[in-house]
Amino acid sequence: MRANCWEGAKHLKVETVPDPKILNSHDVIIKVSSTAICGSDLHLFNGFMPTMEHGDILGHEFMGEVVETGKNVKKLKVGDRVVVPFPIACGVCYNCKKGMTSLCENSNPNAHIAEQMMGHSPAGVFGYSHMLGGFAGGQAEFARVPFADFGPLKVPDELSDEKVLFLTDIFPTGYMGAEMCGIKPGDVIAVWGCGPVGQFAIASAKLLGAERVIAIDRFPYRLERARTAGADVTINYEETSVIEALKELTGGRGPDACIDAVGLESHAPGVHGLYDKAKQSMRWENDRIAALRQAIMTCANGGTVSIIGVYSGFADKFPIGSVMNRSLTIRTGQCHVHRYMQPLLERIQKGEIDPSFVISHTMSLEDAPAGFDIFTHKEDECNKIVLKTGMTH
Amino acid sequence: MATQQAPSGTKQNGSNGASRGPVTQGGRNWKDAPEHYSETPDWKDGTTKFLGWFSVGLGLAELLAPRQVAKLVGIEDEDEHVGTLRTFGIREIAAGVGLLTRPKPTYWLWSRVGGDAIDLAFLGRRMRDETENNNNAKLLAATLAVLGVTALDIMQGAKLTSEKLPAQGHDEGSFQLSPGDDGTVHLAAQITVGRPVAEVYEFWKDLGNLPRFMGHLESVRMTGAGRSHWKAKAPAGLTAEWDAETIEDRPNEYIAWHSLEHEAVDNLGSVTFVQAPGDRGTEVHLEMEYHPRGGAVGAKLANMFKKIPQAALSADLKRFKQMMELGEITLSDPTAAKGMQPGQPPKQGDLKD
Repeated sequence: MRANCWEGAKHLKVETVPDPKILNSHDVIIKVSSTAICGSDLHLFNGFMPTMEHGDILGHEFMGEVVETGKNVKKLKVGDRVVVPFPIACGVCYNCKKGMTSLCENSNPNAHIAEQMMGHSPAGVFGYSHMLGGFAGGQAEFARVPFADFGPLKVPDELSDEKVLFLTDIFPTGYMGAEMCGIKPGDVIAVWGCGPVGQFAIASAKLLGAERVIAIDRFPYRLERARTAGADVTINYEETSVIEALKELTGGRGPDACIDAVGLESHAPGVHGLYDKAKQSMRWENDRIAALRQAIMTCANGGTVSIIGVYSGFADKFPIGSVMNRSLTIRTGQCHVHRYMQPLLERIQKGEIDPSFVISHTMSLEDAPAGFDIFTHKEDECNKIVLKTGMTH
Repeated sequence: MATQQAPSGTKQNGSNGASRGPVTQGGRNWKDAPEHYSETPDWKDGTTKFLGWFSVGLGLAELLAPRQVAKLVGIEDEDEHVGTLRTFGIREIAAGVGLLTRPKPTYWLWSRVGGDAIDLAFLGRRMRDETENNNNAKLLAATLAVLGVTALDIMQGAKLTSEKLPAQGHDEGSFQLSPGDDGTVHLAAQITVGRPVAEVYEFWKDLGNLPRFMGHLESVRMTGAGRSHWKAKAPAGLTAEWDAETIEDRPNEYIAWHSLEHEAVDNLGSVTFVQAPGDRGTEVHLEMEYHPRGGAVGAKLANMFKKIPQAALSADLKRFKQMMELGEITLSDPTAAKGMQPGQPPKQGDLKD
């Protein structure tokens, strides 16, 4: 089959590789119809995640049709059309039973590697380095999906791929980011990072009743999309001081909750930005936290900082003093997608939201490397790229 | 609650297998665990601390009052060597900070010796240099003082180097177990399994189940009368075989086994089952110990077992948990394949049997 493979930093190649096989009795094989490129894929692309190997298939947002089932699969049948959540979760361990599926205790065969970096291992993930299991990703024609009765969600035929694909990752992630803010009536929420995840966080914050949502980015086209998603005010941090603007917009209090939808490749003008970039280029520091620092420092006393941007290792100059002395709550995590899929599908079916608004480009899987390129450089007003199998260049 | 490292220098509650520490009593409840869990012994003796503070003090003097220091050691033209003395000062402060803050500052002590050599060379040059009008008596006194400190540095450096603890720079928080004086390898790992104690005990009681999740074991056969026959895998396709007997079996609490007296490898293993707090299931605490017995065969086997690191035992227990909770071991494409494999489906012939 054809698959988008990692062959080094900033070097991807669509290659012909063996078809996936059933390895565990609860597996299914999916014929992928649509898949997408995620902002977190860019961290793999740019070489910031350790434990990548040449030949790894990328991609963790995918959907399609079941073509083969393992002998213990009871709920899914050949022919079912499903969306697949990006964390791999068994459904029976302590964390899965608590609904924290991105912390499944049984789905990462390389848990000992993740333990070295993080203390304990999170769940295995599709297409996201050997530290998280080395599972082949979904930017391919076929994909093997473990624990098939617990993960994949059947979707009705009348909803096109474009309307449901983002249930795999970015819609639930944005939603969880907003949910973690604990939004009460009257709350003002600020969101750093107006990519697709930030846009879903903005839309979700409005769905959850935020009084006012402030969106922060530096690209005018993303700020425009943030407005479409529901943001009441936008701030371009290259033109305005975010700290001043947030004070003005909140009568001096600061936002009640701040969402970091930026992650480890945070861009910052000025000296702090240079410091972080220099250290990161020497691999002395994995993660740049300019946006997170700002989110913490501007947050209102007693507020919440909700982190859904992806980080991988260690960062310098974390304002722990500001957090401690001002009773801030930090809530974070890789999205526990499984518990959001059904409720969010229902919102889509009721017409409350049409997730396809984030799509800016549709390409053939064969053009995936080019897609990564325009996505990482934010060219052509790129927002979200959907890759189609069975589509020629 | 968990087992401590066994540095050779410190006391232990007896180092023979049967009566070692709290683990072998079995039936421990997490509530009985000690309140403070100390992983790294405090390394610093008086000499190291003295050298640390001495370095910092001297360094500060050299950095902040280089002219006074120059005069003190007998250098006539203080201004000439201000830059050099300041550099020495920075070096001293760095060494001092290293000595005072690292738990086992072996390399910092040796770096002090290097610094001492530089100091001695510097003082020597000042004594020999005819153009400078230096006070050779004072220089000589300074040289003797530095020699004295050098001797202290070398003594401490040698002392720390010979102690068998993890070298400076290693993460003090992790288990890095090195063989004891007699080559004993002691490993411990633990996991919480979401199944009742009785079920977990039953599964473990049949030691023949161990190879299903323990990577280094090829087979274990119960041969009756509490005896078992073990076969372990070694690198380069070698195997080691030995007989063992179950020395203690307290249902739903504790199982221990020991290789027979005449065997070339002395392997002691024990597993303790504890009710986990709340509804979390069962805690499984596994300990394995390997003593080499004399002779060439014993040494070879000892070397083989030294290569089973802590992490491998932890990984074994994770596979055990998967067996109990899922009924099978979770595979990904690379872990289902023999040998190195990227994150893509393996070819049919590359799958492990």
